[in-house]
Amino acid sequence: MQRVLTFRLNGVERSLDVDDARALLWVLRTDCAATGAKYGCGAGYCAACTVLIDDAPVRSCITPIGAADGKDVTTVEGLARDGVLHPLQQAFIDHGGLQCGYCTSGMLLGALALLRANPRPTRAAIVQALDHHLCRCGAHQRIVEAIESVAGGAPEAR
Amino acid sequence: MSTGAGLDRRRFLQLAGAGGVVVIVALGVRAGLRRFDAPEYPTDVNAYLRIGKNGRVTVFSGKIEMGQGVITSLAQMLAEELGVSVHSVDMVLGDTASCPHDWGTFGSLSTRVFGPALRAAGAKARAALLELAAKRLGAAATSLVVVDGVVSVAGAPARRVSYAVLAGGAKITRVVDREAVLRGVKQFRVMGRSVRRTDGRVKVTGEALYAGDVRLPDMLYASLLRPPMHGAMLMRLDTGAAAAMPGVTIVRRDGLTAALHADPQAAQRAVQAIQAEWSVPATTVDTDSIFAHLAAVGGPLREVARRGDVRAARAHTSGLVESTFRKGYVAHAPIEPHVALAEVKDGRATLWASTQTPFPTRDRVAAALGLSRESVRVITPFVGGGFGGKSADLQAVEAARLAQAAGRPVQVAWTREEEFFNDTFDPASVADLASATDASGRIVFWDYAVFGAGDRGAVPPYAIANLRVRAGANLGYGPASNAPSVHPFAVGPWRAPGANMNVWARESQIDTMAAALGKDPVEFRLQNLLDVRMRRTLEAAANAFGWQPAAAPSRRGHGVACNIDAGTCVATIAAVDVDPASGAIVPRRIVCAQDMGIVVNPDGAKMQMEGGITMGLGYTLAEELRFRGGDILDTNFGTYQIPRFSWVPKIETILVEDDALAPQGGGEPAITTTGAVIANAVFDAVGARLYRLPMTPARVLEALAKKA
Repeated sequence: MQRVLTFRLNGVERSLDVDDARALLWVLRTDCAATGAKYGCGAGYCAACTVLIDDAPVRSCITPIGAADGKDVTTVEGLARDGVLHPLQQAFIDHGGLQCGYCTSGMLLGALALLRANPRPTRAAIVQALDHHLCRCGAHQRIVEAIESVAGGAPEAR
Repeated sequence: MSTGAGLDRRRFLQLAGAGGVVVIVALGVRAGLRRFDAPEYPTDVNAYLRIGKNGRVTVFSGKIEMGQGVITSLAQMLAEELGVSVHSVDMVLGDTASCPHDWGTFGSLSTRVFGPALRAAGAKARAALLELAAKRLGAAATSLVVVDGVVSVAGAPARRVSYAVLAGGAKITRVVDREAVLRGVKQFRVMGRSVRRTDGRVKVTGEALYAGDVRLPDMLYASLLRPPMHGAMLMRLDTGAAAAMPGVTIVRRDGLTAALHADPQAAQRAVQAIQAEWSVPATTVDTDSIFAHLAAVGGPLREVARRGDVRAARAHTSGLVESTFRKGYVAHAPIEPHVALAEVKDGRATLWASTQTPFPTRDRVAAALGLSRESVRVITPFVGGGFGGKSADLQAVEAARLAQAAGRPVQVAWTREEEFFNDTFDPASVADLASATDASGRIVFWDYAVFGAGDRGAVPPYAIANLRVRAGANLGYGPASNAPSVHPFAVGPWRAPGANMNVWARESQIDTMAAALGKDPVEFRLQNLLDVRMRRTLEAAANAFGWQPAAAPSRRGHGVACNIDAGTCVATIAAVDVDPASGAIVPRRIVCAQDMGIVVNPDGAKMQMEGGITMGLGYTLAEELRFRGGDILDTNFGTYQIPRFSWVPKIETILVEDDALAPQGGGEPAITTTGAVIANAVFDAVGARLYRLPMTPARVLEALAKKA
């Protein structure tokens, strides 16, 4: 249904007159110039499109934009503040937790959701939380190390 | 001074004309590979770098960045030779308008073959800048030192001038030749040290642009009508309902049928509304019958290597080991599917494409549009994984044709289903192997014939007196791609093409022979290896793992595998658990040692080793494309499983120091041993040998039942 939706994208209020059944991913990418969330499978299997609605990680490729109405949407573009990287972003760089970088935004948001829900996850909990996030380059070991290095650290990591 | 070579060079000089040092390279690069040592590469005149007035150095390379890290390691190589900080280097990769011609990014060639050319360019530029500095400072060039782009007189650091100042008004040219003197390992300041990925920041902030992220005014998104299976023929088409949908443009051209729309989902809905009837071919082969088919039609066999007298050796041997190995089709499955955005106007085409081969893609697009290659520009943003699969670039031609027809920019972004349908899969393969040892444990006979995979990794690194290696000539891609394919759909290069099959077969057989002799598999390999680098690498892996000699099956679940690939020696040791109830293989620990010559970026090299091993767990444990004739049955990650976090064991990597050797390949070698090392560890754990990849739980149970 075509209607006006209002949501906050990375803290900035947006109003869009859209078909509320359109996928959040494509609205972000084509209407909001927020291309950090990536298409990988279109069916919720790979998690490359993961963004947060409020604190919950969602697969934006199978989430209608209507679900964001009145909510906070966080994408990878919203993680750094005033040019200062979020600790998770810095940790991914420091630990080499990325190669091609295509799955990275989904990984970061999946990790952020985990740390908000569980600030001190065990290694097993990190693996379990990210197990549906696919990475073809094989950066897994370093991604886990990056998240471990942030988990239990400073509160701004959450 | 070499002559220009058309647009690339003219454009380059315009760019450089703004002020800067130009280095012209006419370098006879020894590619060391038959096909890509083509005349065009060594005789082309290429510009490799520019020094701006602000002191920043721009490097131009026809290579692309798909995660393998050349954006960092090539910058290191140039920075080393030029004498600048790696952080002052900007990389322009895969832009056909400004970069030197390159066949593409594959074969672990960027560091091995492009690297020396780039280093030579840097060395010659440094020499030219030192000449300028000598004049300016009134000192002999030999008395000058360079640190981070600043030239000073040794012992008088106040007498200094920066490259930025030297480059400011000057325009000089130098021909770089084989005489360019490269720095030695002991002089290295940048190479040989771990540098964090220079693309890390833009990739964690979302700023990194991939082809699908490029936006142009008035661009449309395309969705294409695809046949239900390979070989299907379109019998009837009705696009009326789709064309009537608001905002939809239907394009039919050159066999393409597409819906265009400003909203990608609306374009997809429109294609779903197209009424199409297809005639489908009779089913020929499927996931299981493909191997007999390959053995029947995958010939004729071409001899790859021959030593001694194979016939006599076979006749006189006792304890012949005969095996047949089978491996299914494997998808590339990069997380970024193929994407291209094309703009065609005023007789020129510009494409932003996710491609490993921007120059061949430019040529294909030019041919498709009827334009000269000078009128087509391919720009390669960051590529979201390639692994060999982004070499054919059908999507670029599709986008170009649709953009030309529509008169507006068009993006073609394959869905995951299209990615699985149009992939150029790693071919299924079947190999027969017969071998024997003498009583002392020396391998005296080896006869290998492989169909489907090609010959990479097929010739053993072991000293074998009587040996024959043959490979089916009809691979269906590469030089033979014009031949009718033996495969029911497209196949193509997949990370270390063919080697994953050939090394798995060979190293499995090595362990089978060692076990038959009651010998420790590391000791047995060392007994039959003469190659000093390979021996040292194997010993390094064994030491790091804490290998305790024992004949397999020792019930510990420890396995080993060796290979030499792209000039790099790799030895991998794994520990696994096998659940006898479920048949699941659980890797616990993998140790991998590599001798890759001089290592440009040690941490980057280790990332490639870890990545290769991890990706290799896929073809080893789970990945096998299911199909019935041209009907691809796995179309998304719901049924086609690739490695996940929970699959990945502790991976430890060791770089064996070998600074006397130029840098060798890094992107592919480690993956070639993954199948074999897991297979051998499984045999050591349970005493059952698997002859088909992937080693799924059902096949493990089958092997266990057969043994019992």
